[in-house]
Amino acid sequence: MEDIMKSFKNNSMKWRYFKQALFFGAVRFSALIIALALGGILFYIIVNGIGAINWDFITKPPTDSMTKGGIMPAILGTIYLTIGAIAIGLPLGIASAIYLTEYAKQGRIIRLIKVGINCLAGVPSVVFGLFGLGSFVIFLKFGSSILSGSLTLGFLILPTIIGAAEEALKAVPQTFREASLSLGVSKWQTIYRIVLPNALPGILTGSILGIGRAAGETAPIMFTAAAYFTAKLPGSIFDEVMALPYHIYVLATAGTNIEATRPIQFGTVLVLVAVVLSIDLIAIIIRSYMRKNKRW
Amino acid sequence: MDSNIIIKLNKVNFYYGQSRALTDITMNFRKNKVSALIGPSGCGKSTLLRLLNRMNDLIDGTKVEGEILFEDMNIYSKDVDPVEIRRKVGMVFQKPNPFPKTIYNNISYGPKLTSMNTDDLDALVEQSLKQAVLWDEVKDILNKSAMNLSGGQQQRLCIARALAMKPDILLMDEPTSALDPISTAKIEELIEELKKNYTIIIVTHNMQQAARISDETAFFYLGNLVEYNKTEKIFTNPDVKHTEDYITGRFG
Repeated sequence: MEDIMKSFKNNSMKWRYFKQALFFGAVRFSALIIALALGGILFYIIVNGIGAINWDFITKPPTDSMTKGGIMPAILGTIYLTIGAIAIGLPLGIASAIYLTEYAKQGRIIRLIKVGINCLAGVPSVVFGLFGLGSFVIFLKFGSSILSGSLTLGFLILPTIIGAAEEALKAVPQTFREASLSLGVSKWQTIYRIVLPNALPGILTGSILGIGRAAGETAPIMFTAAAYFTAKLPGSIFDEVMALPYHIYVLATAGTNIEATRPIQFGTVLVLVAVVLSIDLIAIIIRSYMRKNKRW
Repeated sequence: MDSNIIIKLNKVNFYYGQSRALTDITMNFRKNKVSALIGPSGCGKSTLLRLLNRMNDLIDGTKVEGEILFEDMNIYSKDVDPVEIRRKVGMVFQKPNPFPKTIYNNISYGPKLTSMNTDDLDALVEQSLKQAVLWDEVKDILNKSAMNLSGGQQQRLCIARALAMKPDILLMDEPTSALDPISTAKIEELIEELKKNYTIIIVTHNMQQAARISDETAFFYLGNLVEYNKTEKIFTNPDVKHTEDYITGRFG
């Protein structure tokens, strides 16, 4: 009898160890696939693109119908548009999130608004492009310009930023709010002095996703900001600019000599990835600086 | 009104949504005394405490009936700003909750933002920390984060922070329940000292603490005020049998 119990126990233990190994293996494998895919894409871009990169490529405008020369106007354009999108999306997103989490009475209407914001996140980017064309370019007469493109991209990343900001605001302990309010400090001062500073690192973390998206989108800027070709640099926010994603699209589909510009295309992709990463890096540095004092 | 009375509750009912948390509470808190609120969990004592500085306003769907007079002014009347009330009625919470700021900025935060007379902020910080008997321990590290302090020090910092607003009343919601016995003793000594200048209303689960530090004790049960008397009387010869049962540990 004891033997039977023992062997049963052993078997059941073995089965449990096997199950554990199986699930750990599956989870590891999934992580590995993602890492490999990401690494593979990066490797492919770098190998194919690095040849095109040199000082002239990043400091000179395109020449010879964009088959030669650099991509400097597009780099600058993408940086302008991304900064513009952040300048519009971040304050608006944070303000909305503050309203939703701190001021609004939680109820059906707020739930409806939140569902709406989530839906907005799922709207195809080309729809945002058409929205930007209709409202900013045509109705508000901003024309195809940095301003129109920034506004369109700003609205595109709004749901991401609102979501991140909401989570970050909720993560600030309620006891901080109570402590501040119990001192006779007003609600707005409490939010501005206590809640927001403690939520900012979290808000930035979420916003990094939005920044990447703003820099990389093609469809929203096609109708609102991007020029097919302009060697001249923008003089004001009402000027058209070249932009990296659109430049890649143009070279790869509508260029004068698609095959001959392959290296330039890969070079441009590599630069786009580098620009997005460096903007992210700035956000990460700001975040880690702000996190230094955070401990609770 | 008797000039010794600072807060007067008149038939106060309080509701969380549909459920009633306090029933017909009528009682007076006396100036420069320590009043203890005791009773089993969920009896409404913390709810009552948070009514006195309108902290319950933060919770959606609550309702107050009756009146609470603070120096003859109904603090729940429409033209009273809760922010003004909270400046006069300070609060110390169950868990120490310093801001993630320096010790100095924790104290100066309230006075700076509420446009108090802050000519000499340094002096105010020093005075508040001295009142909370924390000055000697922190005078050299005022610019270090308050999060580095021990739990007991943090709680005394929170008391100093409340005192910096120069309130009339100090509400304490189980201020020692998260602290070790030595820190608890320090806070109790401090309360003894503070009652010379402040009215203190303290919620506690610790019966000995109520007996040690308070002048008056109120026993709550299921949202009702069962007995409110001199502490001595409550702990030696209570009027109500129910109170005696609770204090002697026969239920609760």
